[in-house]
Amino acid sequence: MLLRGRAETCRVAAAVEVNGLVRRYSPTAGISDVSFTAPAGAVTALLGRNGAGKTTTVEICCGLRRADSGQARVLGLDPARDHRKLAPRLGVMPQAGGSGASGVYPSARVEEVLALYAAMYADPLPVEDLLERLDLRRVRRTTWRRLSGGEQQRVSLALALVGRPAVAFLDEPSAGLDVHARHTTWELVRELRSAGVAIILTTHDLAEAAVLADAVVIIDAGRVVASGSPADLTRDASARGLRFEAPPGLPLGDLEAVLPDGASAQEVRPGHYAVGPRVDPDTVAAVTAWCAKQGVLADNLTTSSRSLEDVFLALTAESS
Amino acid sequence: MTTLDLAPGRGAAPRRRAYAAQTRMELRLLLRNGEQLLLTMIIPIALLVLFAKAPIADVPKPRIDFVMPGILGLAVMSTAFTGQAIGTGFERRYGVLRRLSTTPLSRAGLLAAKTSAVVLVETLQVGILCAIGAALGWSPHGNAGDVVGVLLLGTACFSALGLLMAGSLRAEATLAGANLLYLAQLGVGGVAFPLSDLSPSQRHLAELLPLGAMSEGLRHVLNRGIGVPLHDWVTIAVWAVAGAVAASRWFRWD
Repeated sequence: MLLRGRAETCRVAAAVEVNGLVRRYSPTAGISDVSFTAPAGAVTALLGRNGAGKTTTVEICCGLRRADSGQARVLGLDPARDHRKLAPRLGVMPQAGGSGASGVYPSARVEEVLALYAAMYADPLPVEDLLERLDLRRVRRTTWRRLSGGEQQRVSLALALVGRPAVAFLDEPSAGLDVHARHTTWELVRELRSAGVAIILTTHDLAEAAVLADAVVIIDAGRVVASGSPADLTRDASARGLRFEAPPGLPLGDLEAVLPDGASAQEVRPGHYAVGPRVDPDTVAAVTAWCAKQGVLADNLTTSSRSLEDVFLALTAESS
Repeated sequence: MTTLDLAPGRGAAPRRRAYAAQTRMELRLLLRNGEQLLLTMIIPIALLVLFAKAPIADVPKPRIDFVMPGILGLAVMSTAFTGQAIGTGFERRYGVLRRLSTTPLSRAGLLAAKTSAVVLVETLQVGILCAIGAALGWSPHGNAGDVVGVLLLGTACFSALGLLMAGSLRAEATLAGANLLYLAQLGVGGVAFPLSDLSPSQRHLAELLPLGAMSEGLRHVLNRGIGVPLHDWVTIAVWAVAGAVAASRWFRWD
């Protein structure tokens, strides 16, 4: 019983656990406070602008960099100290471009590099299947330096996955991909999740985070400013509601009397009205009926929920 | 659409398999690179034929017997030092070493693979040079074990120095520096003319260089059939140990 209990505890424990991570390059560059957890079988997106500290965070987690302070645990191990033990269970896709450090031999052919990486793991994915899946069979004999940016990205993803990792760190996996390749990548990431892999990906693409991530960690200027599921992050009362335009100075007390419980109305600026926090069909009906009774036309009536983009821009506005 | 079984695997392959795959890759890259081949094959062969046939320097006769030991040393230096320094310098610059460090391949495994590839290329070089030498009338003397010993110790020495450069300088600086040192040692390393042509002080200096010690040591064996002088062994060994210590201290993987 005891053993079984322990096994279960292990299974639910986070695959990646980061606590108060600090790594300074200069007073303004680096990360100053990053904490998050990423479970197995889930996609965790580190979302932030360029230079926010996403890559630094990932590099510490996969043992490429040491933290000044704070703690990172991957599969219960210290990525720096236990690097040799941990590396076989990680798949790392470094960021492309940037410093020009692609991480692949420029004069090696695609199939050669994949075969090399496959040889390092106990039960790698079949290289043929991976080439096929990522639409790389045409370029299998092409050297890395002659590949297009998108092809290099796909090879890089293949290299990260060929060893069948338990934790995959993908640094901007869909940067520079066309629409098809991007969807192939997303599909693979979803399959990884179903297979129980912990996926930590960085992106500055809000749409990508919204459709792909189970949890989003927003990093700005080296610190975590918000985290949660995309639904959590966008479920914020103040920005969800109904808006309409009408002549200024309507008696809003009367309107609130007919609105569902808990709803309120305000004139945001003259002639512009907002009703919230929640909007359902009854609210819309009540507002339009009340306006009709007042003999005014509710113009430009819209209902909206806050997008991840709204949240992101609001949270990261300060440092811009 | 191909389905992939993405469930987490069991981790690392047996070390030998990773090492063998890495050695194959290193070897492939060495033999595919045109500049490397120029350096490791074409130049030593061309110099061997040129120095043996053309009356360029006043060297003891038969010319081929004098030239051969220095060319063998030069071949080792070109692969273990110049080629390896430049290749590894650019691998570091392209982030190849960094990315490999996220795989199960250990640093020791990577170094073992690089060394194996260097030794295999050298075997090929020495085989070709000896065949051409034989065709040109070369008649070697002495103990083959001594020759192999000097070549191997020289390989260790030049590898350590090459990796030291590659791991501590920028790739462009390594490229320039490794070529410059190649030319400098080619000039005063006892390849083209005997060190005894130099003034005594210059000669002592040249004998303290790794290539000078190698070619003089090899000449003792191959030309005169006697053992390698102790001071040549010591010179190469000191460079090897100093290079290895410095490389392990200053080599940066990214």
